[in-house]
Amino acid sequence: MIWNDDFETLPREAIESLQLRRLQQTLERVYATVPFYREAFNQLGVKPKDIKRLEDLQRLPFTLKKDMRDNYPYGLFAVPLEQIVRIHASSGTTGKPTVVGYTKRDIETWTELMARSFYAAGAHQGDIIHNAYGYGLFTGGLGAHYGAERIGASVIPMSGGNTKKQLMIMQDFGSTVLTCTPSYSLFLAEVAAEEGIDIRKLKLKVGILGAEPWSEKMRQEIEAKLHIKAIDIYGLSEILGPGVGIECIEAQNGLHVWEDHFLLEIIDPDTQEVLPDGEKGELVITTITKEGIPLIRYRTRDITRLNREPCICGRTHARIERLSGRSDDMLIIRGVNVFPSQIESVLFNIKGIEPHYQLLVDREGTLDTLEVLVEVDEQTFSDEVRKLQQLSGMIQKQIKDLLGVTCKVRLVEPKTLARSEGKAQRVIDNRTKISS
Amino acid sequence: MKVEQISVFIENKSGRLAEVSGVLGDANVNIRALSLADTSDFGILRLIVDDSEKALSVLRDKHFTVNKTEVIGVEVPDIPGGLSSILKILDNNQINVEYMYAFVERSGSNAVIIFRFDNIDQAIKVLLNNGVNILDGKKITSI
Repeated sequence: MIWNDDFETLPREAIESLQLRRLQQTLERVYATVPFYREAFNQLGVKPKDIKRLEDLQRLPFTLKKDMRDNYPYGLFAVPLEQIVRIHASSGTTGKPTVVGYTKRDIETWTELMARSFYAAGAHQGDIIHNAYGYGLFTGGLGAHYGAERIGASVIPMSGGNTKKQLMIMQDFGSTVLTCTPSYSLFLAEVAAEEGIDIRKLKLKVGILGAEPWSEKMRQEIEAKLHIKAIDIYGLSEILGPGVGIECIEAQNGLHVWEDHFLLEIIDPDTQEVLPDGEKGELVITTITKEGIPLIRYRTRDITRLNREPCICGRTHARIERLSGRSDDMLIIRGVNVFPSQIESVLFNIKGIEPHYQLLVDREGTLDTLEVLVEVDEQTFSDEVRKLQQLSGMIQKQIKDLLGVTCKVRLVEPKTLARSEGKAQRVIDNRTKISS
Repeated sequence: MKVEQISVFIENKSGRLAEVSGVLGDANVNIRALSLADTSDFGILRLIVDDSEKALSVLRDKHFTVNKTEVIGVEVPDIPGGLSSILKILDNNQINVEYMYAFVERSGSNAVIIFRFDNIDQAIKVLLNNGVNILDGKKITSI
């Protein structure tokens, strides 16, 4: 089912003419109100009126996460603070968080796009939406909440943590839709099993999962363990929060990004050149309706590709492929680019391996070392040392075959790797930071 | 004739062995024989206990990874050359020993060797044909 037929099925030409008009308005506004953009445009010798076609977008400067930090907290806001009705901040693990402000209309846009997203995932009025995204500065909780109310569903504002209580409420309240991170959905399944609850028998039918990259294998694992459809949702607080894009339940093949609100480009992260549709690169998003903090050519660091072919669901908006990783999750091990999701897909292909793993990166002398910690369960455990060593040898070989990196595989006891109630911490990098 | 052996996966961290024996002790499970195989990262503790089912269930409750395998116990005269005679029989019949460990009976003059074979049924047949005394499982768990 489609929430907003008029906009979600607009013909390509109509989308593009709407995009151009909205882009031009956005550019006029940021040039007039945001000193950062006026300077950046002037430096490149480009004025808003020079942008006459969508292709002219390439003449504009990029915005980096660093630019948001440099203008902390309100430097990139395009409206006076009196018009800002909500402030969120990203979970900055290093230094200051990045701050975003929403006007009333921005909240309305966000709510509309989350409503579209819920419909795309098969949630409607009558559903009980168990929202286990964190409420607070993080955009996940409130973003999903407003959209859930908009479609007329009953929303349970669970937030994260307190897993046993989550399970009790899921059982007693009859939750039908789960919104949380993919890793937390697996943690819920695990705790349910410990508590003797058959989570597959609950009323849950759909999980709308996001906020961290996950593999297709992990999707299969979640769908089997929770007996739900696992739908990938995309968002980032700098752009909006959850609901920038979502898979449709009909195809589960790429995430529709709402193109009446965002312009999409894929660039080569090294040369910064725009790549043709279908090629893999870094996703760059320009917001064309945001008022509080419009962003021009924001480099998301997310690696994906664009597909503008029509989808069986009827939506005409472009799809991005499931993210293969975020360029800042990317590890460089002895000069080789490694995404945790690649190692995850190797592990999930091996029968009996638990879906919990951790990567330890360190440096011995001048050499980077990668250690992969894998939990052993009863399916893979053997009383013979030889068989366990065969198992770790096989994992090591498959990782080497795929990535060209030799790692050490350490088998650990089950449930010893930290479970996350929000975003999973898959990587511990103990190398001393070196300037890049 | 076969004996149930339980195996426990143990990371090389201080205190883990003590935890296993503590869990079994608290559950009133008595350990009859044990052997520990270790590598640089992990160890496998193999145990013969008086109540395998109970041992499995209390260890699982404490999140240990455990499994159950069948082994046999062979009685060997506690004299020089006792073990050798049995290994020769196995060797002559091309029976591969995965691993083995021994203990001495509290009373009597025999040692007991626990053997883990890939093909346990074939091994039993060979040993019996050669007049080796394979102990009754119950007898071992109640030594």
